[in-house]
Order: sequence, then structure tokens, then C-alpha cells
Amino acid sequence: MVDLVDMVQTLTTPHPLDRYLELIRPTLTARRLRAEVTHVRRSTPGSVTLTLRPTRQWRGHTAGQYIQIGVVIDGVRHTRCYSPVNPEGRREKHIQLTIKSHTGGLVSQHLYQHAAPGMVVDLEPAAGTFALPETRPERILLISGGSGITPVLSMLRTLAGEGYQGELTFLYYAKSPVLVPHRAELDAIAQAHNNFRIELRYPGRHAADELEPVTIRSCTEISGAGYFDYDELERVAPWFAEAQTFVCGPQALMDAVRKVYEAEQLGDRLHTEEFTLNFAPVDDTDVHGTVSFSASGVSAANSGTTLLEQAEAAGLSPEYGCRMGICFSCTAVRRTGCTRNVRTGETNSDPDQPIQLCINAPVGDVEIDV
Amino acid sequence: MTILTETKDGPLVLTPDQIEELGKALDELRARVVADLGDRDREYIYSIIKAQRGFEIAGRGLMYLGFLPPVWLAAVGALSVSKILDNMEIGHNVMHGQYDWMREPDLNSREFEWDTVCPAEQWRHSHNYMHHTFTNIHNKDRDIGYGILRMDESQQWNPLRLGQPLYAFALMMLFEWGVMGHDLEVENIVRGRRSWGEIKKLVKGQWRKAGKQVLKDYLIFPALTGPLFASTLAGNVTANLVRNVWAYSIIFCGHFPTGVQTFTEEETAEETRGEWYVRQMLGSANISGSRLFHIMSGNLSHQIEHHLFPDLPANRYPEMAPEVRALCEKYGLPYNTGPLSKQVASVWWKICKLALPPSLVSSESAPSVIVMRQQKATEVGV
Repeated sequence: MVDLVDMVQTLTTPHPLDRYLELIRPTLTARRLRAEVTHVRRSTPGSVTLTLRPTRQWRGHTAGQYIQIGVVIDGVRHTRCYSPVNPEGRREKHIQLTIKSHTGGLVSQHLYQHAAPGMVVDLEPAAGTFALPETRPERILLISGGSGITPVLSMLRTLAGEGYQGELTFLYYAKSPVLVPHRAELDAIAQAHNNFRIELRYPGRHAADELEPVTIRSCTEISGAGYFDYDELERVAPWFAEAQTFVCGPQALMDAVRKVYEAEQLGDRLHTEEFTLNFAPVDDTDVHGTVSFSASGVSAANSGTTLLEQAEAAGLSPEYGCRMGICFSCTAVRRTGCTRNVRTGETNSDPDQPIQLCINAPVGDVEIDV
Repeated sequence: MTILTETKDGPLVLTPDQIEELGKALDELRARVVADLGDRDREYIYSIIKAQRGFEIAGRGLMYLGFLPPVWLAAVGALSVSKILDNMEIGHNVMHGQYDWMREPDLNSREFEWDTVCPAEQWRHSHNYMHHTFTNIHNKDRDIGYGILRMDESQQWNPLRLGQPLYAFALMMLFEWGVMGHDLEVENIVRGRRSWGEIKKLVKGQWRKAGKQVLKDYLIFPALTGPLFASTLAGNVTANLVRNVWAYSIIFCGHFPTGVQTFTEEETAEETRGEWYVRQMLGSANISGSRLFHIMSGNLSHQIEHHLFPDLPANRYPEMAPEVRALCEKYGLPYNTGPLSKQVASVWWKICKLALPPSLVSSESAPSVIVMRQQKATEVGV
């Protein structure tokens, strides 16, 4: 097949064959991975669940991984990363995404408002190392909050689907029951699997608030209790020291979990996925020098923000994807100067190194090939 | 910039304030268009791509009936149109980064390849960088004469120049190969300013790109039509020739008709943004025509607008042109435009005239403009 595509591309040179095929139908591609939205459901307020049918190049995902989709908004293709929420499986021929529409979130709001069956999006193969080990551990603890539920939900569904016999606890934090995506399904999973313990927490709600009536109540739901801490961990998963723990959620939750695990010296059993970037505040004394975007001949005074933001502020539009340092779409070569990784705080000044613009800020003068 | 000629009301002088004002007006025009870019521009370029693909498929398909002369002509016509659209309204403009804002990998200036023998990467250097930065500056802009022609009086005459109309004709017929060779700067190697070692990598890239083009047009597609091999080969050769003649004509009309100014390095040292704009306007010429004509010329018929805003989508040039023209009129600057026949005739007249020794032809004083510099009004050339 590949050889045939190469042969045909000799005839379409210098354009790839897909540049002809996509004119017939956007999902008719020889090489390019795309997906068509087949089903749209808006169940919880402010979020939308899309079912995508990828083109035949799709190789499936591993529970916990993310994909990158590209959506055209006002003529511009924007790419974002989302974790599929459906279970993994070799024969899985569709992708399910649950997307929360964030204030100021261009792509999430666009999809929330405009996604409809027939819409075609660009797609990149699933990626990311946040995933269950192939040999399932005997005990698994899943912790998540808010929209961080997506990769963890895929893990939960995968384990439910394959009849996991070990001990599993899923601890989830949300603002209120109506904001829990796929809540009825969580309930069904809890009911069908005696070894699964699903605990939903609504710390911000008044403890006396009645929970909305749900036909089955197999999940334990608690309003008004506190946020994650050691006691909570002890309560829901006393065996956590022997478990593999997977966490994805807001920064405060991630930090709280990490703190407990580090104190217990269990850091190697903790697996995390960052969903939002908490930029370390920039020390004023750090901000000096000039950033030169050498490929465009533009330079600007270092404002202390990330190189991607500084490039955009200077009127450039470098390619980017996730804007949180995972997809490498915005990689560009740093010719000279020192940059600081805003996630880790590490600085690096090796010349001619490719770096990710979205998570690196200049320290003093920097020349970057943008 | 310090060139002076008499206009009928005396010399035209632009003060530093006027130039800054003019620059600001053009910056504002640019900002307005940038803010408005969106779906319309996206749909435009994709509609052109769709048309180009349609003509290409029609042209290749009709070659199978190439034994019928009218069909052969139609096939050549369709394939020529396809190649012209590919090179001009799509290739040239995409590679200028006009559609980079769409963040579409297939229309990204760094990724795009076009249907001609010159590798995109080399063209981006010789054209986007060299020509567009140093437009019409002697010894800097290699598009002045393409290294083989004397296109300006300040280029030295020698007896070899007598053959210039022939060289120009050959360049026109083989234009895609000329464009390919442009970045090699062969004349600089002949003069010993450039070593063979420097061009090795370029030649390798050209070999790879041109090889594929030649294979496709002159071997595989003709072979696929079996007994019609010769007829298809002739058709493909003709389509490439038509594209060459057309591209050459449009491009030569952009900078060489009567009235276009050239500059020296001293005049253009430390240019301000406004002065850069003025040089682009004085160094370019437009061609008037219908909407279809503009599309077929890749909107290089709006060469003035293109040189002012090389990275804005070309379909915006026709809308911007009246404003640019009004600005020219406001400041008394020439806005060089005319129908294709007039501009082509003017270019060939110049090619023939400059082939002759300067003593035989009258020196032509082009309408020029004095641009006063910020610090001091210079009087060179007065």
C-alpha cells in the first residue's frame, strides 16, 4: 500500500497525494490522519462529548494518553490536546472526547458551541506516557479533579471492560454532582464491580445540600468535606502504599497528592499528568535583555513571559499546539542565550538546541530561530 | 535616497515628515487588513487550489485523446493554466508566508513545494530574502538583470551586451531553469567571488527537485499514454513553455518598465520604515487588467502592493490598490501602471536599447523623487 502511494505521488509531485484526495472528501486520505465527528452530546452543563471516527491510519490509544486535534476557527487552524475518555482497545475504531468549555478557551468554546456531526478535524496519533502498565498492578488508585477526569476515566473504563480483579479506588473532586461527566456511567461501573470503589467529592458544596436523585447510588458522594489530604487517602485507599497511583487534575490537587507521596517516599509509585500549567511567578530581577527572533528579523525587550507569548506579542505567529509543553509543535532552535523552563525552573544555555517555546522563558538576551 | 529629476512642476521633494506620514498610513492599511484576515481568505486560496487541481487533472486526462488536434490544444491549455496557477497565485504567494497565519501545514511557507524545477527552499532565499529586502538596489538585488541582462543604465556596457535580446528571449523560454539557477549566482563564480564548493549543496537540491519534475512531465506521463508518448511529451513541453513565457512576462513587467527607479547602496543605507516603503513603490510597476488576469498573474500585476506588503494574502491587493494609489497621488509619487501590452513593450524596448553602447542611445531621465533624510537633506545627484 505504502509503495503504491509512493508511486502515485511520483505523478502528483511536488504535492502529496492527499492534497488531491482531500478535495474529493476530507477524510479520504492516503497518509494524513483525520477524524470526522459522528455524534455530539451535551450532557453536563458547559461540556460536550464528541464521538470521532478516525481515518484508517488510526492505531488506537492507550488509556491515559492524549491526542491532538486541529480545528479551523475563523480561517485559522488551532490545535489542542485532549485525552480520549473511551476505553483502550486494539479494535477501537472510534475516539470519544469530553471537552469542558473553559472561559477564554478558544477551541473548547468553539467545539462546545459549534461541534456537529460531519465536522472534520485534524488528528495526531495518540501520545504520552501517562498510562497503565501492560501488566495490571494488583492495586490501583486513580485521583482526579475537574476536567482532569478524562485520562483517568479512560483507565477506569478500560479496567472495567477487561474485568480487572484487583482492588481499585477512584477519587474524584468536582464542584457539584451535575458537573461530573458521565456520572450515570460511573454509577453503573461501581454497581457492576464490587472491587471498584468510586468516591465523588464536592468540597465546595454545603454538606446539608441534597444530592440530585439518581436512580442508582453506587458511588459514594460527599458534599462539604475537605480537599485531598492524608486522612482522606487513608480513608478511601488504606493500601495506597502498595498501589500504583495515577493523578490528573488542577494544580492544587496535584501538589497536595505529590506532597503526601513524597513525605511517604512513594514518589516512584505516583504517575501524574499536567493539564494546566501553573507558571512560576517571574522574579522581577530576572527580566532583562532582548529576545531576537532571528528568522523574522524581529526583536523585542524581554517581558518575562514565555518565548511563545513574546513571539506572539511581537506580531509573529509561530506554530504551536498544546501550549503546555507536551506536543512539541512549537519547537524552535535557540541559537544563543539562556532560557528557563517555567515548569521545572531549570535553566539551559547550550547553543543551537531545539526548545519548546511555550514553556521556556528567556533569561537575559536570547536569539531564537523563529 | 537622493535621486533627482525634473517633473513638470520642478523636482519632487519629500520631506522626512511626509515620508513618516506616508509610512504610518501604509502601516495602518496593513494593520486593518491583518485584523480582517479570516475565512474569506482561506476559502479564496482553497478555491484557487481546487481550480488548479481541476485543470491539472483535465489536462493530463485530455492528453489521452491527444491524437485529435483540438483536444491536444485543450489539454495543453488546461495544463498550462494549472502550472501558471500553481506557480503564481499559489506557489509564489504561499511561499511568501501569505497564508502562514492559517497555521495550515500544507500552506506553510516553510513546507510548500511548487510545480517547477527550482527547489522552494532556494527560491525563498533568492526571492523572498534577497529580492524583497534589497529591491532595485544595484549590486544587491540580483533580480536586476538576473545576472545576464543589462536592465539599467548604471550597469556597465560591453560588446557582449549586443546579444542581449537573444539572451532575454532564451531566458523567457527557459525561465523555470533560469529561476532555478538564480541562487547559484553563477556570474559571481565566473568573477571569482564565489567558490564552486559553495554551490555544491544547492546543485544537489536542484538535481533532486528538477529530476522529479522532468521524470513526471517528460517520461512517466507520456509513457502512461502509451502510443501517444510523443504527442503527450510535446504537450507537456508546450505547457511548461507557455508557463515560462507567461511568468517571465509578468515578472519582468513588475520592475523593468519605463519609469521604475533603481537605487544605490549609499542611498538606501539606514533606511527608515517609511523610506523602505517609498523605495518599494518607486521600484515596482503594476499591470492593469481584469480580475481573471490578476488571478492568472498571481496578483503580481499588483506588484506595487505586493512589494509593500509581500506577506499579505494576494487576493487583498486589488482591494488595497485604490488606497495605495490615492496615497501616491497625495504625495505626488508615480504609480506606475498600464495594460500588459504597454508594459511588455516597454520592457522589451528597454532590453533592446540597453543592448546598445550608451553613446548610441539617448540617456533617459526617469521621473525620480528626492527623498530627504531625517538628519540632513542630501544633494547628491542634484
